[in-house]
Amino acid sequence: MIEFTMPSLGADMEDGTLAEWRVKSGDFVKRGDIIADVDTQKGLIEIEVFDEGTIHELIVKEGEKVPVGTVMATIIPAQEKISADVKTAPAPASKSKIKKESIKPAVKRVVTKGIDHLKISPLAKRMAVEKGIDVSTIKGSGPQGSIVKKDIDLAVAMKAESHVEVTGGKKERAAEGVRAAIASAMSRSNREIPHFYLETRIDMSKALDWLSQSNKQTELKDRLLSVVLLIKATAKAIREVPAVNAYWKNGLELKNVINIGFAVSLREGGVVIPAIPEADKKSLNELMALLNDLIPRARALQLRSSELSQSTITLTNIGEGSTDKVFGIIYPPQVAIIGFGNIVEEAWAENGALSTRPVVHVTLAADHRAIDGYLGGRFLMALKKNLQNPAAL
Amino acid sequence: MKDQELKTTILQLLSKIAPDIDPQELEMDANIREVFGIDSFDFLQFIIGLDEEFGITTPEEDYGKITTLNTLMAYLKLASNKQV
Repeated sequence: MIEFTMPSLGADMEDGTLAEWRVKSGDFVKRGDIIADVDTQKGLIEIEVFDEGTIHELIVKEGEKVPVGTVMATIIPAQEKISADVKTAPAPASKSKIKKESIKPAVKRVVTKGIDHLKISPLAKRMAVEKGIDVSTIKGSGPQGSIVKKDIDLAVAMKAESHVEVTGGKKERAAEGVRAAIASAMSRSNREIPHFYLETRIDMSKALDWLSQSNKQTELKDRLLSVVLLIKATAKAIREVPAVNAYWKNGLELKNVINIGFAVSLREGGVVIPAIPEADKKSLNELMALLNDLIPRARALQLRSSELSQSTITLTNIGEGSTDKVFGIIYPPQVAIIGFGNIVEEAWAENGALSTRPVVHVTLAADHRAIDGYLGGRFLMALKKNLQNPAAL
Repeated sequence: MKDQELKTTILQLLSKIAPDIDPQELEMDANIREVFGIDSFDFLQFIIGLDEEFGITTPEEDYGKITTLNTLMAYLKLASNKQV
């Protein structure tokens, strides 16, 4: 039996409130399926499952707040048959009262359009009441056609299409949560991590020329932003100097996979950092497509659990459009954060001559327990070199 | 399209991107990106919105011509005429 636990979505997360189950006992789930929505300090997060099998039991009830690591549900692995063995398996330890549900075979049923009663999750129901949505007009997209949070979100969006209004306090509460999460993580970082900072400036003429040529040949929707070049150049530099891509937890843990956390600032204040998984293996177009999906969802505080917990290093481009330099605070347990300032024209001396160039100042804030100045410097040099050859990115 | 309609459409697009800013505060010759705090990602969404709304194609090198309401409206009128 697989235990599905409340995931940790960052060093600062202690607990989460189950807002809604998207599955029920007997449902078949596969890796990557979203099975629950959990209310955290970072907003309402879609929680994915990382195993394949049949939901045996939903232990935590909707509305219940539980610490990270609490068993929320049990899953029968795909290769195991639903057998008598399973029924006699020891019940998972949990303080909550367990509502016994019979194991139903994972057979897909034909969804009949029930006119007798509407299937709606408690969260969706509460939201519908708060937002004044008539649920009888909504076609559910949840299990067996039940109405879930997503359907209400859609109905609300359609209702308020021309007039964006933040009501009900939900978003404000989420924003307060983000503030508290940042306060906790950054205080801990500043207290525990011996930061050191390195800075260099990079001539961006070649990169920007290449970008404008490339964008001339593409449709507006496929145009690349300069930030994707910065992300890819960073990812490749990490491959060359992997020491910056690590966790510090009772010692150094180097990470094989390069998941770059990308800082997205919220207009109402706050920052969220979704991960760009395996950024080194993605093309510039793939990275841009990913940002197109990720940034709006991050700003709406609608990210998935894996997106908030996978980052192995952080990149902030928050200087863009405003400040020339950004000195970051490391997000624990990571060991480095890279900060890009605004790209500005500066005087540039080269080969004994002065000229003006578009320049970006990049900083590395690193954990001195994990890495030293020498490696940090090599990392920045690799980044600089990568941005001089944009066609190879 | 009359100036007022043009302005209303532009402000509606901006409201979608920056719902926290009152578009009426935007003066005709103020820098749109600065007033609304629009980064390059949001600016691209704004351009996509303009192109869809007015049936035009805005090349990247023209971004510099559309920094204020005045210059943007002049640009849109010219671009719309070219398309017809």
